[in-house]
Amino acid sequence: MDSISTQIFQQIINGLSLGSIYALIALGYTMVYGIIKLINFAHGDVMMVGAYSGWFAVTVLHLPFLPALLFSMISCALLGVLIERIAYKPLRNASRIAALITAIGVSLFLEYGGMIVVTAQVRTYPPVFPDTRYILGGVYFKYGDIVMLLTAVVLMALLHFTVQYTKVGKAMRAVSYDKDAALLMGINTNNIISFTFAIGSALAAAAGVLMGVYFNTIDPLMGIIPGLKAFVAAVLGGIGIIPGAMVGGLMLGLVESIVSGLGASTWRDAVAFLILILVLIIKPSGLFGKNVREKV
Amino acid sequence: MKKLHKVLSLGMIALLSATMAVGCGAQKSATSSSSGSGEIKIGGNLELTGGTAMFGQAAQNAINLAFEQINAKGGVLGGKKLVLIAADNKSDAGESTSAVTKLVAQDKVVAVIGSMTSSVTLAAVPVVTDNKIPMISPSGTNAKVTMDPASGVRPYVFRACFIDPFQGQVGANFALNTLKAKTAAVLIDQKSDYSKGLADAFVTNFTKGNGQVVGTEQYVAGSDKDFRSILTRIKAKNPDMVWLPGYYQEVGLIVKQARELGMKMPFMGGDGWDDPQLFNIGGAEALNNTFYCDHVATDDPGMATFVKDYKAKFNSEPNAMAALGYDAANLIAKAIEDGKSAEPEKIRAALEGMKGFKGVGGEITIDPKTHNPEKSAVIKENKNGKPTFLTRVAPK
Repeated sequence: MDSISTQIFQQIINGLSLGSIYALIALGYTMVYGIIKLINFAHGDVMMVGAYSGWFAVTVLHLPFLPALLFSMISCALLGVLIERIAYKPLRNASRIAALITAIGVSLFLEYGGMIVVTAQVRTYPPVFPDTRYILGGVYFKYGDIVMLLTAVVLMALLHFTVQYTKVGKAMRAVSYDKDAALLMGINTNNIISFTFAIGSALAAAAGVLMGVYFNTIDPLMGIIPGLKAFVAAVLGGIGIIPGAMVGGLMLGLVESIVSGLGASTWRDAVAFLILILVLIIKPSGLFGKNVREKV
Repeated sequence: MKKLHKVLSLGMIALLSATMAVGCGAQKSATSSSSGSGEIKIGGNLELTGGTAMFGQAAQNAINLAFEQINAKGGVLGGKKLVLIAADNKSDAGESTSAVTKLVAQDKVVAVIGSMTSSVTLAAVPVVTDNKIPMISPSGTNAKVTMDPASGVRPYVFRACFIDPFQGQVGANFALNTLKAKTAAVLIDQKSDYSKGLADAFVTNFTKGNGQVVGTEQYVAGSDKDFRSILTRIKAKNPDMVWLPGYYQEVGLIVKQARELGMKMPFMGGDGWDDPQLFNIGGAEALNNTFYCDHVATDDPGMATFVKDYKAKFNSEPNAMAALGYDAANLIAKAIEDGKSAEPEKIRAALEGMKGFKGVGGEITIDPKTHNPEKSAVIKENKNGKPTFLTRVAPK
């Protein structure tokens, strides 16, 4: 294979593997939004807490990878419920903007609270994945790339299934359509919303652990940029739509990779956010979004 | 008004130091009585407590060691002994001003060594300049320490370490002469002045030596964790080496990801690489065939005697700060010998004309135009998870 096409294929692989990280984070983002219409800006920071609890499980408790992942997902699910009960529940009937500002507050609290607890020093994950590398026609990828992509696809499928085909999922959708009507139908909306936060935070934790393992380093501010990018990915795919988050994440990863690949690495983030703005202008509900007519 | 303020503060300092003199009068009486004839007092404005106390304490040990060795060999100027009067600046710029005022006004030192960090050193600059006392900072690397951005070189301020961009020059020489690189790619942290300075200096010197820079890519430290896109671009250009002036956190990730993409060429950078965390992040194997410039290496054969003497006296391994402090102390001694006088003005002139001084951290020639030393740097090679001394590279 000649060098140009090798380079193109390599950039596509780079983009897909970066995109699957965004997709993984975007899944939790989009689900929470889909159910309770709250942009949970603390999502990236819950991911950070997940990365740290996974790190704690692996290095201090000496758990193998999967139990460590579970440990981190469960502790973040509890954290998510706690955040919802303390910070968001009192504001459930307040304006959307109040909840949004609270979410930003929670996000800053987790970032700088984390800095006090674990210090700003960078920590490194021990090598959890085997260091196997694959070369296909001059294109390089590694074991971690496959794990990331597969995990993102599997979690997306599971989540989609849960929301669309289970009883809890039905209740979640009911709450999302009309909270009061759902309550009248005998659905415990408080529990359903807590459950939504628990799943969303567990997904964030999974993304955090995988990101920690993949990049080897974690720090208290690691959630900010991926959190923002995942938000872009979620909006790109149509916020609230689960397969949309997946596609949005992969697309964003590809765009970034290709922009850098064309030699404009300094423009990469600018282009990513430009795309967000264009999508919001042309198709405000996102690529997968349906145009819902507002009732007047 | 300003004058009154100065008089008052001097008065306060005198009062304070008078009480201190009473406190340790018994111990000091011998030195103060004979200061006119047999002793030369050198001030040490050092970080003995506070955030960077490690630096100041190491330097204090090293300066004491240097003076002890000089005095044991018969001192300077035919028998005069050097004495260090140390003042603690608590790692604080404000304290630095009062510490150096005390040294100059009360202890009447003829020269000052200190401080270890750039901002603390800068706070002492007006005091030594007003009092015309030469000062030498062992490890303040910021360009402003010896150069006033508005009025040029600060006449009384010197340093014993190289400034940041110099590492770019050393790196280029090493790439051309030792790695035999003809082409190079440069990876810059676009938010860091340190990184840009090192990159500019590298490119200038590498192209001057007929090397060709085939690719320049930028990243943002702190927010970027995935560097494969820019690395893929660099890989396609197939440079002989990659110049990577950054800090260990990104360096570790970049080298790791480069090796994962099958890039086998040497990577090289500056003293920002110097942290044991580098190997946790990048992995020992990926970091083989990478090099970086640094001030000193304790496993450098040229340092062996110093390391042995320091260990024998203080029972601990000397660090870079100790080596630079040791060099600063010996520089002052050499300047006193060269100028044949312990007059501050003569010491200043001798420091300005210092040529070919052999320090443990490399040979030092002070540039009279900038007061920065032209000195060799150390190149370390990362070998199986440990930085090891490879060679010294001369500035030219």
